[in-house]
Amino acid sequence: MQRQLEVNNATIAYAEIPVVRGVSLELDAGEIGCLLGPSGCGKTSLLRAIAGFEPLTVGEIHLHGRCVTRPGMTLAPEKRRVGMVFQDFALYPHLTVTDNVAFGLRGLGRRERRRRVEELLTLVDLQGQGEKYPHQLSGGQQQRVALIRAMAPRPDILLLDEPFSGLDVELREQLAREVRGILQRDGITAILVTHDQHEAFAMADRIGVLGEGHLRQWASGYDLYHRPADHFVADFIGQGVFISGRVVDAGQVETALGRVNGVFVTEVQVGEPVELLLRPDDIIHDDASLMQLEVVEKAFRGAEYLYTLKMQDGTRLLCMVQSHHDHEIGEMIGITLEVGHLVAFPTP
Amino acid sequence: MAEVRLTGDWTLHGDVLSWSEFTQDLQASRQTLAIIRVTCIEPFDWDSRLLTFLRNLADFAGTQGIRLETDALPTGIRQLLQLSRAVPENSAVQAGFEGPSLLHRLGEGLLDGLHEARLFTHFVGEWIIALFRLIMGRANFRRSDFLLFLQSTGADALPIVSLISILVGAVLAFVGAVQLQMFGAEIYVANLVGLGVVREMGSMMTAIIMAGRTGSAYAAQLGTMQVNEEIDALKTLGVSPMEFLVLPRSLALLIMLPLLCLWADVLGILGGVIVGITLLDISLLEYLVQTQQAITLGDVAVGLIKSFIFAGVISLAGCLRGLQSGRNSSAVGNATTSAMVTAILLIVVWDALTTLIFNRLGI
Repeated sequence: MQRQLEVNNATIAYAEIPVVRGVSLELDAGEIGCLLGPSGCGKTSLLRAIAGFEPLTVGEIHLHGRCVTRPGMTLAPEKRRVGMVFQDFALYPHLTVTDNVAFGLRGLGRRERRRRVEELLTLVDLQGQGEKYPHQLSGGQQQRVALIRAMAPRPDILLLDEPFSGLDVELREQLAREVRGILQRDGITAILVTHDQHEAFAMADRIGVLGEGHLRQWASGYDLYHRPADHFVADFIGQGVFISGRVVDAGQVETALGRVNGVFVTEVQVGEPVELLLRPDDIIHDDASLMQLEVVEKAFRGAEYLYTLKMQDGTRLLCMVQSHHDHEIGEMIGITLEVGHLVAFPTP
Repeated sequence: MAEVRLTGDWTLHGDVLSWSEFTQDLQASRQTLAIIRVTCIEPFDWDSRLLTFLRNLADFAGTQGIRLETDALPTGIRQLLQLSRAVPENSAVQAGFEGPSLLHRLGEGLLDGLHEARLFTHFVGEWIIALFRLIMGRANFRRSDFLLFLQSTGADALPIVSLISILVGAVLAFVGAVQLQMFGAEIYVANLVGLGVVREMGSMMTAIIMAGRTGSAYAAQLGTMQVNEEIDALKTLGVSPMEFLVLPRSLALLIMLPLLCLWADVLGILGGVIVGITLLDISLLEYLVQTQQAITLGDVAVGLIKSFIFAGVISLAGCLRGLQSGRNSSAVGNATTSAMVTAILLIVVWDALTTLIFNRLGI
């Protein structure tokens, strides 16, 4: 398969302060990637570098097998065949939807241009809305216009900069899935920037977690959740708590909650003190269990309650329980541990 | 053990003992002292004066290895004393008062200026390339945008240009008349107003009006587009902002400013006529004939050439500042101001320069 995007050891610095440090990643044709991280981690800078708006101080970027950025050379954005969807859509307010979409199609003949716009409007269910102006559309519709405007010239890669952040929370995931469907149908390679992991999970094949400018892990959503590469990723993705323990043998950790069995997915040595990750779904509510912990907080999540439990030594655990098990704060409830794979990192 | 008893008022305006006098006593007996106990007789007035004193005392005790007991003081004082220890002194604040030296600032200013000049030259070069592409018919250029700019820079500016030109012409006539009456040469008011307006004031006044009206508007429009990422969107769609945004704006002004200047010339002379007829008893025909003799086609051309240059300066300064704008709304304001300042500065410099050149060439 054709390699569409290749970033090698990219470093971006503003006034000699690096915001992206030595990031390398690859994306094959038709794949959807995602850069995920807390705000200020450098994900937008990296995306803008791929688009050609930021120069690199170290490293290279290849698009479709062609070197487009290296230190001292930055090919202009208009010459790289990239499409970009912006955070606030950046639609032209004085142009109609059709004109907005046709904007990047200036090389084509009139009839062909019209046909392409129609085809794209149909793709995103906006047939017959072509004569409207952007402000007459809803946020979700504007989003879709911005998407097809970027897709219209058939770019080598589509870049999406927090494309759903201006929309309602309920709309986001649904739209993320819709957009994924549209991109896949057209076999478009895309890269998305977001700070919302649900968006990332809904849309991307491969997700890169960025923290303080470093790419911590470049993997599928499943692997990020179940096989995090380091403490930062484990903390950032999903919910969970670290409890301290000690590795007793290959598959067992001794903790304040007793011995926890499972398969290690991280590198640890026998006898080493470690921090073990416990996700809310690793802790099962079981009234018959001898291990009783006090409920200190509870949050209603609809189908489930997320209970915060306190151990004797003060460490707090999170436990997801079906919501018909309604316990009061201060009550003791029984739990058992069912940890499939052990995520443990040596105690620093 | 020594006891320091605080009495009286410890305020900035009060009369209290000085730290140096106090320490002389302490220095003398510092070898034998192990504990200093601070007590007070309440109620008493105190402010930061007291706290400074106590901090000094604590520092002194610290260096001499003497224990300072403050339990007998009111809690308010003790807490403040503790607070003053909690935060380390901010050395950066003091460093901030020492600015760079004059030479340093001068050098930096010069480098900034050179950088600006380079940017502007670069921008002009890009503009010329874009113009060639337009002539070859290969530029992304929306004709409807261009016509809209023609209207907004030209026709829409007529009222304000008319008003100011008439008034400037009238003022010139009036000031000139007072001087010329002393020689009984009122008729030369027509020469003065005619030449002044056509060669200098017409182009200059329209340029300054348009710098405020249009140059800043261009900077604001492009700055806002920069904030909304519309300019980045253009680039990723393969459209050059120079061709699509800058070219129609600057061409509109390049066409319209000389025309406005011509209009301003006519109205400036009209202003002179009004003053001449009403205040100086010159007949209309006499005034017009005198004006016609005074002004040559060359004079008009000088004004128009200047006006053409000013149009380039205003539109390029406005567009450049707009494109340079940062990505927040306050940056747009700065871009607008900066566009105005740059344009007016360059207008005046160019005007002086061209006047000198034309004078030397004898045009």
